[in-house]
Amino acid sequence: MSSNSFAYNEQSGGGEATELGQEATSTISPSGAFGLFSSDLKKNEDLKQMLESNKDSAKLDAMKRIVGMIAKGKNASELFPAVVKNVASKNIEIKKLVYVYLVRYAEEQQDLALLSISTFQRALKDPNQLIRASALRVLSSIRVPIIVPIMMLAIKEAAADLSPYVRKNAAHAIQKLYSLDPEQKEMLIEVIEKLLKDKSILVAGSVVMAFEEVCPDRIDLIHKNYRKLCNLLVDVEEWGQVVIIHMLTRYARTQFVSPWREDDGLEDNEKSFYDSDDEQKEKTDKRKKPYTMDPDHRLLIRNTKPLLQSRNAAVVMAVAQLYWHISPKSEAGIISKSLVRLLRSNREVQYIVLQNIATMSIQRKGMFEPYLKSFYVRSTDPTMIKTLKLEILTNLANEANISTLLREFQTYVKSQDKQFAAATIQTIGRCATNISEVTDTCLSGLVCLLSNRDEIVVAESVVVIKKLLQMQPAQHGEIIKHMAKLLDSITVPVARASILWLIGENCERVPKIAPDVLRKMAKSFTSEDDLVKLQILNLGAKLYLTNSKQTKLLTQYILNLGKYDQNYDIRDRTRFIRQLIVPNEKSGALSKYAKKIFLAQKPAPLLESPFKDRDHFQLGTLSHTLNAKAAGYLELSNWPEVAPDPSVRNVEVIDLAKEWTPAGKAKNENPTKKFYSESEEEEDSSDSSSDSGSESGSESGEEDEEGDSSEDSSEDSSSEPESESGHQSDTENRRAAKRNSKTKGKGDSKDGKKENEKSKTSDSSNAESSSVEESSSDSESESESESESESRKVTKEKEKKAKQDRNRLATDASLLDLDDFNPVSTPVALPTPALSPSLIADLEGLNLSTSSSVISPLRT
Amino acid sequence: MIHSLFLINSSGDIFLEKHWKSVVSRSVCDYFFEAQERATEAENVPPVIPTPHHYLLSVYRHKIFFVAVIQTEVPPLFVIEFLHRVVDTFQDYFGVCSEPVIKDNVVVVYEVLEEMLDNGFPLATESNILKELIKPPTILRTVVNTITGSTNVGDQLPTGQLSVVPWRRTGVKYTNNEAYFDVVEEIDAIIDKSGSTITAEIQGVIDACVKLTGMPDLTLSFMNPRLLDDVSFHPCVRFKRWESERILSFIPPDGNFRLLSYHVSAQNLVAIPVYVKHNISFRDSTSLGRFEITVGPKQTMGKTIEGVIVTSQMPKGVLNMSLSPSQGTHTFDPVTKMLSWDVGKINPQKLPSLKGTVSLQAGASRPDENPTINLQFKIQQLAISGLKVNRLDMYGEKYKPFKGIKYMTKAGKFQVRT
Repeated sequence: MSSNSFAYNEQSGGGEATELGQEATSTISPSGAFGLFSSDLKKNEDLKQMLESNKDSAKLDAMKRIVGMIAKGKNASELFPAVVKNVASKNIEIKKLVYVYLVRYAEEQQDLALLSISTFQRALKDPNQLIRASALRVLSSIRVPIIVPIMMLAIKEAAADLSPYVRKNAAHAIQKLYSLDPEQKEMLIEVIEKLLKDKSILVAGSVVMAFEEVCPDRIDLIHKNYRKLCNLLVDVEEWGQVVIIHMLTRYARTQFVSPWREDDGLEDNEKSFYDSDDEQKEKTDKRKKPYTMDPDHRLLIRNTKPLLQSRNAAVVMAVAQLYWHISPKSEAGIISKSLVRLLRSNREVQYIVLQNIATMSIQRKGMFEPYLKSFYVRSTDPTMIKTLKLEILTNLANEANISTLLREFQTYVKSQDKQFAAATIQTIGRCATNISEVTDTCLSGLVCLLSNRDEIVVAESVVVIKKLLQMQPAQHGEIIKHMAKLLDSITVPVARASILWLIGENCERVPKIAPDVLRKMAKSFTSEDDLVKLQILNLGAKLYLTNSKQTKLLTQYILNLGKYDQNYDIRDRTRFIRQLIVPNEKSGALSKYAKKIFLAQKPAPLLESPFKDRDHFQLGTLSHTLNAKAAGYLELSNWPEVAPDPSVRNVEVIDLAKEWTPAGKAKNENPTKKFYSESEEEEDSSDSSSDSGSESGSESGEEDEEGDSSEDSSEDSSSEPESESGHQSDTENRRAAKRNSKTKGKGDSKDGKKENEKSKTSDSSNAESSSVEESSSDSESESESESESESRKVTKEKEKKAKQDRNRLATDASLLDLDDFNPVSTPVALPTPALSPSLIADLEGLNLSTSSSVISPLRT
Repeated sequence: MIHSLFLINSSGDIFLEKHWKSVVSRSVCDYFFEAQERATEAENVPPVIPTPHHYLLSVYRHKIFFVAVIQTEVPPLFVIEFLHRVVDTFQDYFGVCSEPVIKDNVVVVYEVLEEMLDNGFPLATESNILKELIKPPTILRTVVNTITGSTNVGDQLPTGQLSVVPWRRTGVKYTNNEAYFDVVEEIDAIIDKSGSTITAEIQGVIDACVKLTGMPDLTLSFMNPRLLDDVSFHPCVRFKRWESERILSFIPPDGNFRLLSYHVSAQNLVAIPVYVKHNISFRDSTSLGRFEITVGPKQTMGKTIEGVIVTSQMPKGVLNMSLSPSQGTHTFDPVTKMLSWDVGKINPQKLPSLKGTVSLQAGASRPDENPTINLQFKIQQLAISGLKVNRLDMYGEKYKPFKGIKYMTKAGKFQVRT
């Protein structure tokens, strides 16, 4: 690329070359230091000339080099005026690279950036949805406060766009505008509210993300969309799933009552007793008064379960935390298998998952006990993974598996990774305190380690033994003697201090050794570590109180040494101890109690898991990983005592339908009619549809919507491409309509099934299911009439049709039949490549936006 | 969500930065370098590092750190999983993901990153869609582009983006229609000193390479689906169908993809196909130790074991090793103390062995642990769990595709303690 630059240089004489050059010198970034100063300057000059040439290839080369500069972090801001001119370039690649540049530098050059705005405004009206979407993306990404009103307008328009892809981008733009100008919050919430009602799987994730960022407290906006979100969840893209699941977890904790029995785990035998009188699935979660789970609560738990099988670790973790936080405790067990599966993944994933398992394993041991061996440490694991696994193994230890575990730990202690070996020793200590049966075994094992050749291992053992002995001080004189001998060899300060403390505490049990130890220590006092010095002082004080005959002089010698120590802590301690133990005329009442003070019974330390206090953070969050509240962390509320009104989640379907169909289409048309409708025949078909409407008897909202929207789509598609080719657009029309009704039919039947499964308490579900029956019966009659020529309307249509058309329709209709009655779906028809792709895309968009609660045939 | 991304090479240079929101100064990476220094080894750098105003989440792959900067609460796995997806995409586009390759293709990298995230939230991560938006660079295309002036950037929204099968391109055409499936199983095991198995489990994947015209709808069924204890699917697999019939039914993406990963239930005993006989001792008196290992086949179901590589991390006290293998080649790195022996095929009539002496540092105490031996091997045409594909059917298209299924067993994390 750079070799070209000279050639281009000659093509266009740069008028402002000198001026530019001066600018360039001042802005060259420090990271370009290795390149020659002057050559850098020249390069930018070249670039400017290339950008002003009238060849696209030169411009493209220049833009590519500029993007390369941005990527390296070099400053390219002085090229702004030259670049911004190309924003209207016809070449899409140049345009995209200019967009990249604009987003990076517009904030710095606000005035110049305004020059590009009108281009975007024009692009927002482009018939190509990709161009509309990317214009919105860039417009909302250039952080220039002056254009806030323009952005607001663009977002509002895009939120009502027919293409779900553009609406998705609108959802993203909401967050950008909010961070630029929080004052717009109210208006933005309105847009969010509108987009939340969107039924497209493409939009769902993004709008929930916007909701979480802008107004996470407006939980009332979710009510009406709750069931829809639950039902769409499986088909939403993976990233959206994570966001939605996290949001719904919070929602569930505010809207449903707790499914956890207070005395969970104790009442296992009563299960069978309650089982009989409850036909719902929640068998185990009843309290004294039978608890019935809200069907919406159940819906969420049921619909998230398949996602445990996702290939995306974030989705699996999100479902796992949902089960942990809102499902009955007896059902949360299913998540452990999936979490253990994630341990096969990359180191980073393992790290996060292990942390979460560590927290879970403290509270509910049983969940992970069957997978004990999955947490065995391999010598190739990174240290942070090893320590986390060790943590989990400790949490899972119990009477039954402790002997296997201890054998495993023996291998770990010998590990070449000494940090890990030390952690293992601490773990053994914790197991010993938690499980009383093995305390002695552990202790003797640890004592064996005292003769280990590695100092870190020995030191760690000493510290752990100290803690263990503190808990049961009565026996173990032998061990203390053994440790006293270690003082000659061991050099790690913590270990030495620990030994001294132990001897001091037990000085009456080892009366012969203790004074001798003090003697040795007095000799080496000056060369000891501060930590050790403090313990020598303590030992001296304790011996002075219990055995003053032998140790009086020694202690005074040590106190004198301490008095002139360099460290003020030690000088302080020395002064304090002297006043307390050595009786003189000034000493107050305290010295009488000196013995009680020094040799008081001290409580044993609790050996606890470092993950103990993490459970107040929602699992799977950044805050949990850091064990500190991250900015923007949303608390998980406690279960409400009484469930708020569940009827808020009931949906009037008609409302939704009207929302998305542009006004002025009051005509009620049966969706199946669309097979035949052509724009000239609108009168006719609407006639016949009103017939069929009255036939079917009940008017349902769902149908309303479909009728409207499919008509819409047909009109749209016919009006758009008509200029191109009359005939083609005709057939396209028909095909699009077919697709429409087909997906609808299928989806309907599926919806219907779901609804039927649900308890029929809510009105809406009734209404919907009735509509389903209706539509399916319609399509049936259609196919019948196709073969038997019974129905009036169809015959009438037939006359107008060419024969080959009819044949094709016949096969299509039968296909549709299959779809309706076969729950296992066949692939949805996709546009044939013969059609113009943009049109297909747009039609596709329409299709989704209108019929989308249904688009789940594939993954369910 | 994701604010910025920095790519850092092993020598600590930031060679690429990309911002999706306002610009974050690259000085934020200083916190990362600090942590890196503390961790000494690259794989010990914590994946999550808090700084006063930001959080740094990183993944380490192909000797490159991918560091994402975020400002507010976000599920850490979300970011980590996404970063891995970025690396996978680069690999898919350029064949390899390395610093020189990324630098050479910086414009494509930038365009891809631009499409993958909008305002820090993933926009398009399916490689089938991305490739329609931004075509991967090939030599042919570069030539064509320079002649015709066309570009690498698609000007239409990929239809997949809007359809219910977002992972598949439309209008796929092949003259040879083929579908290949590789069943690859890995054995993770820890074998103790005496040769008994402490833990062993089988993890498997089915990788597919599907080149089929149009919109094929495939079903794949197993002879013994009960073996599969835990599974995770590519989004294309219909979950209900699996639940009810234990059949994989899906419309495949175009090209290479991982259809399924599974775990074989723990109840089944795992056949361990190899054994290692070892005799390693470091003696105190002389500064010489003995070292002898032999590898042999155990339960191989009549197949040959290939590609055997034995590696072992020797203790620090080891100065050098003088060994002679009965076959293959061996190396010992005196700096990292890593012994590696490339054995090759195991011939059951003449078992490969490696014998010799170990010279220890004079004066230093005897290492108290014997080294762990890591084993790699491959067995072709065998799925060690016994999993068998029953049949593969195609619906929705009329042509007859060529179908192929291959089995392979590999060592996963296979360790022998000595």
